[in-house]
Amino acid sequence: MNSSMFYKIKNEFPIFKKNKGLVYLDSANSSQKPQSVIDSISNFYSSEYSNIGRGIYFLAGNALEKYEKTKKIIKKFLNTGDDYEIVFTKNATEALNLVASCYGEKFIKKNDEILLTELEHHSNYVPWHFLRKKKAIIKFIPANFKGELNLKYFKNLINSKTKIISIVHISNVTGAINPIEEIIETAKRKKIPVCIDGTQAIAHHLVDIKKINPDFYVFSGHKIYGPTGVGVLCIKKKWLEYFEPFLGGGGMVEEVNYKNISYANNYSKFEPGTMPVAEATSLLSSIDLLNKITVKKIVEYEKKILDYAFDKLKFEKNITLVGNPKKKGSLFSFNIDGIHAHDVATILDADKIAVRAGHHCCQILHKKFNISSSVRVSLGVYNCEEDIDKLFESIKKCKKIFNI
Amino acid sequence: MNLNKLYQELITDHSKNPKNFGINKSYNLDYRGHNPFCGDELHIYLNLNKNKIIENISFSGSGCSIAIASASILTEIVKLKKEKEIKNIISFFLNTSKDKIYFSKNLGLNEKEKLAIKTLNSIKKYPLRIKCINLAWDVLKLILDKK
Repeated sequence: MNSSMFYKIKNEFPIFKKNKGLVYLDSANSSQKPQSVIDSISNFYSSEYSNIGRGIYFLAGNALEKYEKTKKIIKKFLNTGDDYEIVFTKNATEALNLVASCYGEKFIKKNDEILLTELEHHSNYVPWHFLRKKKAIIKFIPANFKGELNLKYFKNLINSKTKIISIVHISNVTGAINPIEEIIETAKRKKIPVCIDGTQAIAHHLVDIKKINPDFYVFSGHKIYGPTGVGVLCIKKKWLEYFEPFLGGGGMVEEVNYKNISYANNYSKFEPGTMPVAEATSLLSSIDLLNKITVKKIVEYEKKILDYAFDKLKFEKNITLVGNPKKKGSLFSFNIDGIHAHDVATILDADKIAVRAGHHCCQILHKKFNISSSVRVSLGVYNCEEDIDKLFESIKKCKKIFNI
Repeated sequence: MNLNKLYQELITDHSKNPKNFGINKSYNLDYRGHNPFCGDELHIYLNLNKNKIIENISFSGSGCSIAIASASILTEIVKLKKEKEIKNIISFFLNTSKDKIYFSKNLGLNEKEKLAIKTLNSIKKYPLRIKCINLAWDVLKLILDKK
């Protein structure tokens, strides 16, 4: 698929028609939505709406069918095979909280060790931090100056007390694609379960769950051109049984008595209350978009734009990258020497360029690099080389205003 | 957005060469404030003497040009003023809306100080940057309220 095909795809995103000149370089924060996803939600409410798992009328039956079809399509998209189940949550953060809380409650005891990395988003650190109440010990696999994980250290950090490993697939700051297959292989030999935060990977990288073989793989709908309000936990089926429920309520029980309650024995055990049915089922449309283009073509296209940006970076003085990993996804973070990231973002905003500035919920990594904030540029299917040209024009403007 | 209005000379000058930057060793009150939204942090150190006058004040930390300029301007304004007077000025600044600014005489501000406050206040037009302007003022308010 060539660039002109991607220009056509940009037309499917109404935000760019309503905001002429918008250069959206913040897809790692949240992606924009295609008309098909917006229509899916609108159509569901206008012509198909019903709650699921309650009514026995035709609308309820059809809605449930669509909901379960979505799970089936997600499994197919991720190539999970039959070993995994899909649990919908509010977002990826809730999915990580579910894993940390359920696993921690049952399997973490005093002095047990949890292995994370210095690259983690707060969503994959804070839920594990809660287990320090149980006197668990958290260890971090260090990142090198390129923002890549050091696997030698990883092997040294594993020991008989390591009870779980939770790792980000693609860093939301450096863009590093972590060697999760290798990590999981090592962990499996020691029978340590592994949880992967795949929020930055799904729409920008080929994810084959069968090949990766994680115990848990987590991502959010709103970063894959889908709506807010829905997260996905891809979980090895055995854990549905091992885990106690995360939240309690209607729909997740089997039998309720005065003294005892038994829980559902499928994904419902972890989906109490009314779920975001319209949002969850609209993931059919966002996955359809990814399948239509193919993730392989997206990876190639975004790499081309990223390479174009890095070629320009070579000639731009006074720019410091936050890491520069060899294997990277479609994002990078930087600072203009002498200008604070928020000032850069404000000046870029005046040129209708949307970037993220701050610590990107990764204070540990920013501390490691001895900076308080950075500017992040992240790509999506609607970006093109002209967006990068505009970005660098605006970077020049920043330098002019601050006389650098 | 008018960038010239946002990044006026006064702001860029103060951010590049902030006044009262660093730790003054004579401090008897201090507090480190933090803006979790962007990671900015400002630590204010001040010496409040027996007569309730800020004899010396300085700040350290990191932040955007607006946060640093605002801290620099604030420390210049409050130095050698009485605590009561300072509290009034802080409350006046934090409660002044983006549109109108009216300086009453009892604030005791000179023309240069009024101009600096006016410049800072003009940035309130950019809602996402209000936290940056207010950070130092919030920290000093907290120090004086809590002491």
